[in-house]
Amino acid sequence: MKLISLLFSVLLFSLPAQAVVEGYKYQFDNEQDDERFAALVKDLRCPKCQNQDLADSNAPVASDMREKVYDMMQAGKSDDEIVGYMVDRYGDFVHYTPPVSSQTYLLWFGPLLVFIFGLIVLIVIRRGQKQPPLPLSEEEQARLQALKNKADS
Amino acid sequence: MKRLALFVPLVIFIGMGILFWIGLGKEDKSVLPSPLIGKAFPQFILNTVESGESTNHLPQEPVLVNVWATWCPTCKAEHQFLNKLAAEGISIVGINYKDDTFKAKQWLKAYGNPYLFNISDPDGQLGLELGVYGAPETFLVDSQGIIRAKHVGDLNADVWQKMAADFEAMK
Repeated sequence: MKLISLLFSVLLFSLPAQAVVEGYKYQFDNEQDDERFAALVKDLRCPKCQNQDLADSNAPVASDMREKVYDMMQAGKSDDEIVGYMVDRYGDFVHYTPPVSSQTYLLWFGPLLVFIFGLIVLIVIRRGQKQPPLPLSEEEQARLQALKNKADS
Repeated sequence: MKRLALFVPLVIFIGMGILFWIGLGKEDKSVLPSPLIGKAFPQFILNTVESGESTNHLPQEPVLVNVWATWCPTCKAEHQFLNKLAAEGISIVGINYKDDTFKAKQWLKAYGNPYLFNISDPDGQLGLELGVYGAPETFLVDSQGIIRAKHVGDLNADVWQKMAADFEAMK
């Protein structure tokens, strides 16, 4: 049993450094590049099948784009250069982290607006609740006393 | 005041309903805006489908650059319209995208050839440079080689009605 679990753990750790997608295709000399590639294809979006990243997509264009990412990495390009290349051709759409611009203000700051709105609503509600109850008038006092007496008897 | 507050959820609901309605009515969301408009047509050195000779430039006149392939059903649908445009004297250059040259030649023989010439892009390199993500795609390129407009999908009379003005403007 011990032997089997040992064998299993050895197998687990012996997986060669390669990307998840079409792993046989994209081999790297070192772990860092491997991780870089995996991160890049996760951060780039397939223009054809719009809800998938490059890593997930089987579309031919996604495959071409992965190939290009790999080639550019082999050519020593930085992550920014690779993402920039794709954005120049396919637009901000292909990047899952779009830049802050007048077109994306709502996207970036929308959640903050909603948060502030919620905060205001919360404050207004709390204010309404905090008002201490008005003191009873004499008439009410008397009625209260009468009720109490009634309850006691 | 309290009573009025009861209507807040309804107002929010109606507001969201309107937003979603606008979203639904919008044009096809699979069409992405191209960042290449106003930029130069990318450089390339590729062979033509017709003669197999190497070429590296578009004709120096306003042209339609049409990205097509024999595996693309919509390309077949728009082909007759391209033939019609060519007959009207509009210059069209084809990019045979990720396709087989032999099949492409057969296609042109069978359905007619509206293209001045076809650039063969078997690996999709030029396609990638152009931000092509699905055939057919059509670019308007002016005589200076600047991309002026792009259409993704079937090119038909309705689409051309809108594009024709852009095309005229390039002359």
